[in-house]
Amino acid sequence: MKAVAEFKIHYVQMLDPSGQPVADLPAFAHSRDELVKMYRMMVLARTFDTKAVNLQRTGKLGTYPSCLGHEATHVGAGAALRPEDSFAPVYREIGTQYWRGVRMVETLTYWGGDERGNDFSGPKHDFPWSVPIASQTLHAAGAAMAFKIRREPRCALAYVGDGGTSEGAFYEAINLAGARKLPVVFLVVNNRWAISVPIEQQTACATLAQKAIAAGIPGVQVDGNDIIAVRDTLEQALARGRRGEGPTVVEALTYRLSDHTTADDATRYRQEAEVKAAWKIEPLIRTRAFMAATIGWTDADEQLLKTECAQQVEAAVQEFLAMPKQSSDSMFDYVFANQPVRLTVQKALARRYSGKGSH
Amino acid sequence: MAQITMIEAITMAHAWELEHDPSVVLLGEDIGINGGVFRATAGLQQRFGSERVQDTPLAEGMIAGMCVGMAAQGLKPVAEIQFMGFIYPAIDQIVNHMSRMRNRTRGRMSCPVVIRTPHGGGIRSPEHHSESVEALFAHIPGIRVVCPSTPARAYGLLLAAIRDPDPVLFLEPVRIYRYAKQEVANDGKALPLDVCFLLREGTDVTIVTWGAMTVETLKAATQLAAEGISAEVIDLATISPIDSEAILESVARTGRLVIVHEAARNCGVGAEIAAIVAEQGLYDLQAPIQRVTGYDTVMPYFKLEHDYLPSVARIVDAVHATFVD
Repeated sequence: MKAVAEFKIHYVQMLDPSGQPVADLPAFAHSRDELVKMYRMMVLARTFDTKAVNLQRTGKLGTYPSCLGHEATHVGAGAALRPEDSFAPVYREIGTQYWRGVRMVETLTYWGGDERGNDFSGPKHDFPWSVPIASQTLHAAGAAMAFKIRREPRCALAYVGDGGTSEGAFYEAINLAGARKLPVVFLVVNNRWAISVPIEQQTACATLAQKAIAAGIPGVQVDGNDIIAVRDTLEQALARGRRGEGPTVVEALTYRLSDHTTADDATRYRQEAEVKAAWKIEPLIRTRAFMAATIGWTDADEQLLKTECAQQVEAAVQEFLAMPKQSSDSMFDYVFANQPVRLTVQKALARRYSGKGSH
Repeated sequence: MAQITMIEAITMAHAWELEHDPSVVLLGEDIGINGGVFRATAGLQQRFGSERVQDTPLAEGMIAGMCVGMAAQGLKPVAEIQFMGFIYPAIDQIVNHMSRMRNRTRGRMSCPVVIRTPHGGGIRSPEHHSESVEALFAHIPGIRVVCPSTPARAYGLLLAAIRDPDPVLFLEPVRIYRYAKQEVANDGKALPLDVCFLLREGTDVTIVTWGAMTVETLKAATQLAAEGISAEVIDLATISPIDSEAILESVARTGRLVIVHEAARNCGVGAEIAAIVAEQGLYDLQAPIQRVTGYDTVMPYFKLEHDYLPSVARIVDAVHATFVD
């Protein structure tokens, strides 16, 4: 029998877990400014994340999905995107959002149960959080279609998790993107766990990147804890899209070091040894080691950065805690641009009972 | 002015808007060179190109999700779902995203999308091709549900739907796609959304209906007139949000209400209309409200479809029931 088609999936890693370069590094990896900017954002995301979990524990925030362990992927993607690109997040990607200008108080606003968190300071063409799994992959494809029709050199990027690649929407999105050669990148963040279901139970695929093959588009796997590899791979995929050469699936291998959300308890379903092993390859250690070796990043630099991040987070928390809540009118004011009479009547009713509780 | 059918009026409205608004993009299955299975987009891809009038891969959830992304980036997508029985995979995108994007971003993003789909039975279609599930969507906040009843109304309401800043589910009654011709001016004038249209003035009973059922209802009104009962017929047109004021005003004059729809009875839109009148117009009523609807069964295959669809006789009998002491 002859083979009618053959496919290979490549794996990209540039820094090993100890921070040693294992490939030729791109130019930005030699720039002190770029390295510090990326590392600062990773530390900020982690500092914020720890604080947000604590705020939930003390009742000041609703359920919150931690990004612990995903910082290299999230910040690497932020650094690879251009402001005019559009990105469609899932619900953990604060590292990307902050790079693009979203403010920490806005994350707290959203997870604090207030829609204004989605009306953020980042690019107005970026999509809000998307809780229904994988549905946002189609929004990014739609955005890419708009860019293509208007002949704009922009690319869309959709996040999706390992569990999300089991959804029909993901397959529909990559299929369409391939068929119409859309400028879109699907960034599959494989953190091994979809709440309690491990990747081995999610699919028989050896990689998630290979799902691209069925859509007729390139797929590549990257070490998602290696910010240099993530950024470089995504820069190339995004540039490819902007040049009109079509979509790419990028699978970033990482690990969810936290519970799924603050409402979850991961000790119910996974072994401590696995988590311990994952901590040894997490993204901040290797970035810091690489910076120490190449740009002389010192303990004093590290301490100063951590202090600054903690102050920034604290300022955001204070701003969040001081925010007056929305009036009950706000439930009605954004349902339609042209408000039907029915809603106007209900708005007045809600106002009469607003703030008096349900008793 | 040419006499045209409803399907031709729909094509004409599409063409007008494609011509005058560069952000309008049509997408759907077989809508390109084939012009759609009912020919609603006949000739439009040839005229406007394959980017403005796009054939899509075969996935309805994808079509709706694409519309969300395209609309959020400034386009005005007009999507065709080939039959209403195939709209269910799109419900996730319609409910979770399209209808609430404005709300969940506090107006930062919106979804000016039209989803058109054939509605109802009566044309000997196969299984799953004759659905009328408007109530599923009328229940969803943030999306309008509109259903025209004549060629002129289809033209004007489709233009209004495309121009509306929010999503509209536009239901096209297949049974009357080619039922009657009417003069329709191709003047780009939209009709108002959120209001009923008075089809026939009357004094004794108000009959509210929409879409293809306007045909049987008007026939019933003619029969009733012959026996001295003056029926006012209201075309709901915008199924959600309901124009309560017009219905209440009519019932205040006639004192009787009959609601006619093709969809199943249980939790149908007729129930909402009846509830509105019971809440706000009960003392105007001289008789209990009557509903004439499809049965709470699966839409039968086409050999029995006319046993399912409300008939002129059932409507007349329901009106008679409002005159029994």
